[in-house]
Amino acid sequence: MALLCTRRLEAYYGDFQALFGVDFEIDAGEVVALVGANGAGKSTFLKTVCGLLPAPRGAVAFLGEEIGGLPAAKIVRRGIALVPEGRRLFPSLSVEENLRMGAYVKRAGPWRLESVYRLFPRLEERRAASATALSGGEQQMAAIGRALMGNPRLLICDELSLGLAPVVVKEIYQALATVCRDGLTAVIVEQDVAVAQRVSRRMYCMQEGRITLSGVSGELTREQISQAYFGV
Amino acid sequence: MLSFIDTILQGILLGGLYALFALGQSLLFGVMRLTNTAHGDFIILAAFAASSLALAIGLPAAAAPWAALLLLLPLSFGAGYALQRFVLNGTLGRDPLPSLVVTFGLAIVIQNALQEIFTADPRSIDSGGLNTASLSLFGGLSVGVLPLLIFAAAVVLTCSLQLLFDRTDLGRAFRAVSDDREAAEMMGIDHRHVYALATGIAFLLVAVAGTLHGMKTTVSASDGPALLLYAFEAVIIGGMGSFYGTLAGGLILGVTQDVGFRIDPGWGIWSGHVAFLAMLLLRPSGLFPRTR
Amino acid sequence: MTPSFTVARATRASRLGGVIAVALVLGLASFPFWADAGWMRDFDEMACYFIFALMWNLLAGYGGLVSIGQQAFFGLGGYALLVLGNHAQMNPFLAVPLAALVALAVAWPVSRIAFRLQGGYFAIGTWVISEVFRLSIANVSAVGGGSGTSLTALRGIPRATRESVTFWLCLAGATAALALAYAVLRSRHGLAFLALRDSEIAAESQGVDVARTKAFLYLTAAFGAGLAGALYFLGNLRISPDAAFTVNWSAFSIFIVLVGGVGTLEGTIVGIVLFYLLNKLFSSYGTWYLVGLGLLAVVVVLKLPHGLWGFVSAKFDLHLFPVQRRLILPEKE
Repeated sequence: MALLCTRRLEAYYGDFQALFGVDFEIDAGEVVALVGANGAGKSTFLKTVCGLLPAPRGAVAFLGEEIGGLPAAKIVRRGIALVPEGRRLFPSLSVEENLRMGAYVKRAGPWRLESVYRLFPRLEERRAASATALSGGEQQMAAIGRALMGNPRLLICDELSLGLAPVVVKEIYQALATVCRDGLTAVIVEQDVAVAQRVSRRMYCMQEGRITLSGVSGELTREQISQAYFGV
Repeated sequence: MLSFIDTILQGILLGGLYALFALGQSLLFGVMRLTNTAHGDFIILAAFAASSLALAIGLPAAAAPWAALLLLLPLSFGAGYALQRFVLNGTLGRDPLPSLVVTFGLAIVIQNALQEIFTADPRSIDSGGLNTASLSLFGGLSVGVLPLLIFAAAVVLTCSLQLLFDRTDLGRAFRAVSDDREAAEMMGIDHRHVYALATGIAFLLVAVAGTLHGMKTTVSASDGPALLLYAFEAVIIGGMGSFYGTLAGGLILGVTQDVGFRIDPGWGIWSGHVAFLAMLLLRPSGLFPRTR
Repeated sequence: MTPSFTVARATRASRLGGVIAVALVLGLASFPFWADAGWMRDFDEMACYFIFALMWNLLAGYGGLVSIGQQAFFGLGGYALLVLGNHAQMNPFLAVPLAALVALAVAWPVSRIAFRLQGGYFAIGTWVISEVFRLSIANVSAVGGGSGTSLTALRGIPRATRESVTFWLCLAGATAALALAYAVLRSRHGLAFLALRDSEIAAESQGVDVARTKAFLYLTAAFGAGLAGALYFLGNLRISPDAAFTVNWSAFSIFIVLVGGVGTLEGTIVGIVLFYLLNKLFSSYGTWYLVGLGLLAVVVVLKLPHGLWGFVSAKFDLHLFPVQRRLILPEKE
């Protein structure tokens, strides 16, 4: 049984349809990537899964239970954590307070302040700093740490590489790999196809609100992905 | 010289009351950018409620108001929670108009309903002589016990609110949800519930402010709007985002009004308003704004 | 080949509405010759509410500037009329537009202070400013101080003449205010207002001078409020700070505009008619009547956010004041 699966998922912004019947599936322990250009619908898909946008009843199932239509706060409590696009740390809170915020749901698990600091020692050095004083890479670490503090069953990462230098991106994904090695399920949303292919086992590609390609990351060719990504 | 010190002293104590008025407003604006134009009317409503409860309780006058306040607290919290959850939550958003009109409508309803029920006669809460008791200070100066109590309450509540915001889980949730509601939702924070908690707490402050105010002076049904303006001015003068700023703003307003009164009674309140406008002109962010 | 298109403004309903409007105004203008004095006084009062509400609608519905302090300029217009008439010995009827200009002049520096605030706090700030006006004037004994005074300049004029001229001035004022609002909204400025209301930042990026546009709206609204104030006290003959600067003017205007439909001119007309009827039928219930008005406003905002006219207009695609532009594409061959 899949950890998360969507069936013919649709989403609308008012009258504008953004998702057209998206079928998506991820099993426990997998790392699956979702790629596509700007505006392809990746963020819309994530928002709908997480409950920030309304999903039709019966279209999204997590841990075998229907979560379509539930408010985001309830879905999060069931074990989904989002590392949002653009980090979105709370500017009024310090780094440590941001991390603590991630534990608001109080789920049991291995992730606590100490374990997050072990994963990202740089954060411990900057624990009292305002979240806005951090560099882009440090903010991304904090955002991931914050999501981990909720001890989720499923971690969703939206555009981790956005605005970061390649060496920093490498560092972040290395940390992520450590986390996933211990069995955490993760959905990686990326514009950078090469990175996505490298870190994931399976991959989906989206274009204009539809899934245009899916398969094992190692087996997909450049041409296939280009076709699915750009539609040329 | 002595009379100058007396003026400042009385102004500071008055400012304590204004700070009490302003704390609830500061909280609501800080957490959810809500401008409650009925804020002053809710304080007056609380004063009338405390007055009625005190009479109904049947305890001696020295104890009755405090018992009334104790009873009023849970009622106020519940009323605030329900109001936010079922009415005001639906008005929040980018457009300030709906929340403004709804709270304005509530203000009209409260003022006129109070007038119907209690008539236009002013009323006050009998505190068994507490409102006339005074402490003698140096050089023939004296301060009223009740105003001193009100000032102390203002300081204690200000510190408590700041502590709540800085040190507790709920306070962090308040700050998070006011920073980025969607991101907070992703932490499992249900904004409808958290906003309602904030209003509930604000109404606790309103209950305290109303009861103490009613013990100190007489209140009438139409007093609300004036209190709203004082609360608002205290928040702006002090700087948004900081409860200590709100306390300072209240004190400055109180002193300014008192100095104005001593110069000429007709210009007392006017002085406060003008000081506020001057602050807007010279330093729009207030004295102690919390930078975001 | 680029398709040709035309931009249409008028609709069939609006053309018909225009004819009816002209007939209505002419009919009303004949009132002093046959109508009861009570009717004319009612109309005078409603005209003042109408002008005030129209201006409030312009500010809030189009400019996104919610103010509960416009009564500052209403009262100022009234007191300017008093000073011009009683002290400067000017013909009060001629002084009316001048009084409105005084309000406009004061509004310019006031706006510089008021615009330091935004959103809900802007609204309360405007109320504080109005209170400053009230308290200041209450301290000036030359204009009657706290208890007010009478407009003695009209003493020598026979009653029927006074009532007729006042009525015509109110009718002219209301018509002019409506025409002015309509003209402004149809113009380039009209689009700027709508852009401003939707998003200041987006509007600015499109070249809309946000500060200028906001100031223009605020000054126009102040002029209108001043006009309404001068007209009101022309009819009332007696002025006092409490009556001139009461927040009730803003409160009732908000009711009129909201129940009618904020952001549409038709809505204000619907609102004033409804307000007049409610007033006639229920104002004898005193405070309970006001409670009812307050509750009605709350319910309308929560359940019918576009007001009565908004509801009807959306349902039947009806526009009597065509301020919108419709794209008409040529029929496909």
